[in-house]
Amino acid sequence: MLPDGAVLEARAINCWRGDRHILRDVSFAVRSGEFLKITGPNGVGKTTLLRVVCGLLPAESGAIEWRGRPVQGASDEFHTDMAYLGHLNSLKADLTARENLRFLAGLRQALTPADVDAALDRVGILSRGDLQTRSLSAGQKRRLALSRLLLADAALWILDEPVTNLDAAGVDLVEELVREHVGRGGIAVAAAHQRLLDDDPELRRLELN
Amino acid sequence: MTMWTWLHKFASPPHAYRLLGTLAPWFGWPALGLILLAAWWGLVKAPADYQQGDAFRILYVHAPSAWMSMFTYVVMAVAAGIGLVWRIKLAHAAAAAAAPIGASFTFLALATGSIWGKPMWGTWWVWDARLTSELILLFLYLGYMALRASFDDPQRADRASAVLAIVGVINVPIIHYSVEWWTTLHQPASVTKLDKPSIDIAMLIPLFIMIAGFQLYFGWAICRRLRGEILRRERNASWLKEAR
Amino acid sequence: MQRAATFSAARLVFRRDLMLAWRRWDEVTQPLIFYVVVTTLFPLATTPDLSELQKISGGVVWVAALLSSLLALESLFRSDVEDGTMEQWVLSGQPLGWLLLAKVASHWVLTGLPLVVMSPIVGTALGLPFDAWGTLMLSLLLGTATLSVLGGIGAALTVGVRRGSVLLSLLVLPLAMPLLIFGSRAVTMVMDGDSPSGPLQLLAAIFFLTLSLGPLAMAAAIRISVES
Repeated sequence: MLPDGAVLEARAINCWRGDRHILRDVSFAVRSGEFLKITGPNGVGKTTLLRVVCGLLPAESGAIEWRGRPVQGASDEFHTDMAYLGHLNSLKADLTARENLRFLAGLRQALTPADVDAALDRVGILSRGDLQTRSLSAGQKRRLALSRLLLADAALWILDEPVTNLDAAGVDLVEELVREHVGRGGIAVAAAHQRLLDDDPELRRLELN
Repeated sequence: MTMWTWLHKFASPPHAYRLLGTLAPWFGWPALGLILLAAWWGLVKAPADYQQGDAFRILYVHAPSAWMSMFTYVVMAVAAGIGLVWRIKLAHAAAAAAAPIGASFTFLALATGSIWGKPMWGTWWVWDARLTSELILLFLYLGYMALRASFDDPQRADRASAVLAIVGVINVPIIHYSVEWWTTLHQPASVTKLDKPSIDIAMLIPLFIMIAGFQLYFGWAICRRLRGEILRRERNASWLKEAR
Repeated sequence: MQRAATFSAARLVFRRDLMLAWRRWDEVTQPLIFYVVVTTLFPLATTPDLSELQKISGGVVWVAALLSSLLALESLFRSDVEDGTMEQWVLSGQPLGWLLLAKVASHWVLTGLPLVVMSPIVGTALGLPFDAWGTLMLSLLLGTATLSVLGGIGAALTVGVRRGSVLLSLLVLPLAMPLLIFGSRAVTMVMDGDSPSGPLQLLAAIFFLTLSLGPLAMAAAIRISVES
């Protein structure tokens, strides 16, 4: 999927929200095949950091580099290589699970119905495919949001609290998906409170405080 | 390189704060002097217009106000654009500082236009091209200030209002032209009602002096307001606490 | 899997919005009803005399269309920003301006176009003669389309703001005044027997200018709104 040696690097990121200096000189580097877990108490800036890395939030100073080139100024290219799962599921309540995938993941990749079904099946909600998303449980909605990652064809996964609303089986699913992704040479960066792949040898940690 | 280091140094809040404080009186006193000179010249010394009598003297305030209202909008939009593209906070602060100044000039232009109109045509308001354009410009200023005020997050306020200012500045020529077109259709042969009377050098000099005075006043007002903006934005910063 | 082309992505957005509107069609009819109600206010406020009303019919139809369009535009981006869809569009790798333009286009088809189609009926109620229908519809076609883009910029700037609809109107109406001037004047000119081509061409020019620069402004505004 991606040649070895792809790197995501953040250097001296500083970010203010209003008057608060939320991120102070944050730096890290993750390589292909690695998983970076960002931890820290509530409100310390994990979500802010992930959003800065994605390019949704501009940082006051510092740089993000992907594959050796600065992300700023080449963001469309960076975004094609990256998939983001935020706090929000990015789902329309009035659309069915299948339609949600088709109309969102379909913006990035040309999808066939078989692709969509395969993704739904992998996260265990294929039987709910034609239900309106409003009728899904919170856990099923989160799984649907996860399935988007499978269709993104992205080397870099950025996950903000991926196991929110998921039961133990759901957490196992997330760990499996991340392990597979990283095993293929991908990179995953996740903010998580809970136990997530804590015993994995490829885990790197970044503690924010 | 030196130009950028100068710009960066200037854009640092404590440095800008001190510089603006030093500059302000250099704008302020000459402004006062020129405005008083122009006022005396226009009100007392210049001859009365043979068509409009003494009423036209209000032109000496009306025309420069209208000019400054336009000038300030452009300054505001340029500052906002610089802030948006190069992420310079001071530029955003300058745009925020300029807006009320521009709105005041616009209001002054409208008020003096109205006062001019009363002895001429017996009404306090007339849908003349310039007055209508000034009114729409006032709406643009008010919209800008309202947008700024509607956000708690100062960064979003800065950036969103910058986009609005740029969209506005592109629209201003279109608005001007459409209003001109709208008024001339009814009076094909006439001139803008609140136009300058037949030009005489003796009448132009106080006009130019007043414009110069208003420009300097703008410089003074911007220094003062921008200092206030900097104080407001940096209220928790260490350099302020040290200065006390 | 292959990357989706920008045009296919834009088309997906267009179809998605039509599908979503279909499932909530009552929201789509409200601006149209508002249009008729507002137009009714004018004869009630002035006179039932059709020959009197005719003189201002072009202007009244235009003002009513303007206000109805603005009403519909306020919630253009709200739900997508609130549920996180919009931030995914920003991160999709597709040029954001195109996706937003597709959304605005589907919104126009659902709200602006019905106003255009209704306008001769509403105009006739104000004494507008039949030979002015063509100019009325053409001017409103250009005008509502331009307004959709301008309103899109305003809506993108004010997403999530409390009482955003008033602010939106305050921001967009001054920018829409040239449209109103040229559009309603075109109708009045044709009623007077003059050719409306001058103002119609100016309307078209404004439309093309807005179409080319508008998506850039909308994308910039959306990026700002989606930050937090």
